[in-house]
Amino acid sequence: MTALLSLNAVSKRFRGLVALDRVSFEVPEGAIYAVIGPNGAGKTTLFNVIAGVLAPDDGAITFAGEPIAGSTADAVCRRGIARTFQLVRPFAALSVEDNVIVGALLRRRDVAAARRRAQELLQRVELFDKRHQLASALTAPDRKRLELARALATEPRLLLLDETMAGLRPTETDRMVAFLKDINRDSGLTILLIEHVMRAVMALAMRVLVLDHGTAIAEGTPAAIAHDPAVVQSYLGAEPA
Amino acid sequence: MISRMCNGVPPRTMALLGALLAAFLAAPWVANDYLLTVLIFILYLAYTGQAWNIMMGFAGQFSLGHAIYVGLGAYVAALLFTRFGIGPWIGLLAAIAVAAACGAIIGFLAFRFNVAGVYFAILTIAFAEFARLGFDHLDVVNASAGLFLPVAQYAHNDLWRLRGDPTMFYYVILAATVAAFILCRMLLHSRMGYFWLAIREDEQAARAAGIDTFRYKMYAVMISAAVTSFGGVFYAFFYNNLFPEQVFNISNSVEIILGPVIGGIGTLFGPILGAFVLTGLAESLNSVLAAFGLDLPGAKQVFYGVCLLLVVVALPEGVWPPLARRFGLKRGVQ
Repeated sequence: MTALLSLNAVSKRFRGLVALDRVSFEVPEGAIYAVIGPNGAGKTTLFNVIAGVLAPDDGAITFAGEPIAGSTADAVCRRGIARTFQLVRPFAALSVEDNVIVGALLRRRDVAAARRRAQELLQRVELFDKRHQLASALTAPDRKRLELARALATEPRLLLLDETMAGLRPTETDRMVAFLKDINRDSGLTILLIEHVMRAVMALAMRVLVLDHGTAIAEGTPAAIAHDPAVVQSYLGAEPA
Repeated sequence: MISRMCNGVPPRTMALLGALLAAFLAAPWVANDYLLTVLIFILYLAYTGQAWNIMMGFAGQFSLGHAIYVGLGAYVAALLFTRFGIGPWIGLLAAIAVAAACGAIIGFLAFRFNVAGVYFAILTIAFAEFARLGFDHLDVVNASAGLFLPVAQYAHNDLWRLRGDPTMFYYVILAATVAAFILCRMLLHSRMGYFWLAIREDEQAARAAGIDTFRYKMYAVMISAAVTSFGGVFYAFFYNNLFPEQVFNISNSVEIILGPVIGGIGTLFGPILGAFVLTGLAESLNSVLAAFGLDLPGAKQVFYGVCLLLVVVALPEGVWPPLARRFGLKRGVQ
């Protein structure tokens, strides 16, 4: 498999604080790849640097063979990287359907075609029956699925998911995991996710990157990561002897 | 085309629209000169309110300086008419170009340097004030002495040169208001309209959905400015005199936004309904005061303030949305 996304020695500093310190990794095309680490490890900064919200201070980011470091967020999305936010940001005063239509209009000029595509996606995330409600009226789990549908509507090659499972009950987590596996398998969509819910990481990810204080301390399969001494020490926590 | 325009509009809304249009078309036969002048003023506010609503209600960019586009439209058309004998409809093309260019400058400065929200509103006020002071010292438009158009002889109406009686002006502004309504509806249901709403709701999320927010905010300002400029052309040819102190005045900018604020920002009917409610009530108040022989300068302004307070407190969405829900005049939630 070739790399769809690759980061080479990417650094980001906020004044004195080093949020990302020469982080390098590659996400193969078609993979589900997870980034884990304790709070403040730099995970969301990493996402913002990839998604064009922040420009890296150093290093190269390559997507589908082209450099994207320093592009604006909208340009990154047009190249095929869609993202969700850790704190969901639906367009509150718009209907559920209109939220997804906005995403679908990125690759379509015709509003009717975008509406058809939005309705297909809403069927898939099981929000079709709520499509005429205001986004602000949805429950937290529904908002997460709405945001997912809106991101998918932009027809990405790479989907960045920022803690999509946080705050979900275990059954809802399992539904989300099943859904993500489905779209990964059916459409070959590459997924890069930040996740605290280890249950989801273990079930989904083919490879895992562990960040701690802005540094990549381990990278490998979920099983290997779970037994890495450095990871256990900094993040997962040791079993009491 | 017409059937596409009506697509998705509830039948009772269509019936109401038809009845309203018929009433407006018939109004000059029953209205006296005073009432006709009030109606012209209401429609002028409904027109300019709709233009402002494109920028604020659709794209979420708060302009408090729309008088600048009225003033530029008025002065450009009036100057071309008085100096070169160029008619207002040709003048309108120049007015649109000048107003859109001015909107582009303000928009570029604001959006390039991330001036947003309240600071953006202050920037728009600043530009309108610059224009007021600038035109006050601009000799080519007679500076503070004012620019006057030759007053019309009412013998016959000349639509091409916009010289005629109030009935002609009434039909002109009525047609413009209807045209603006259709334009707003088309914009709101277009691809760009969806992008504007996304930007209004959450600019960062809009960008994450791939929308070039700078570009679409620029379109919003330029279209709003261009539409507003016709209000200025109408103002010049209806009142026949222009003073920078009046036309660029901030009170003019405020009057433009009161209709949509009271009727419902971001809605299609809000600006029209708001203009009616506000001016209708203000004129009634004037008549009552006159009937009691009271002369209270500033009563209108105080009254505007009270109306605004009441709406902000009791109907924060404006008058139209609750009405539309109550009488089933809207489909879905939008």
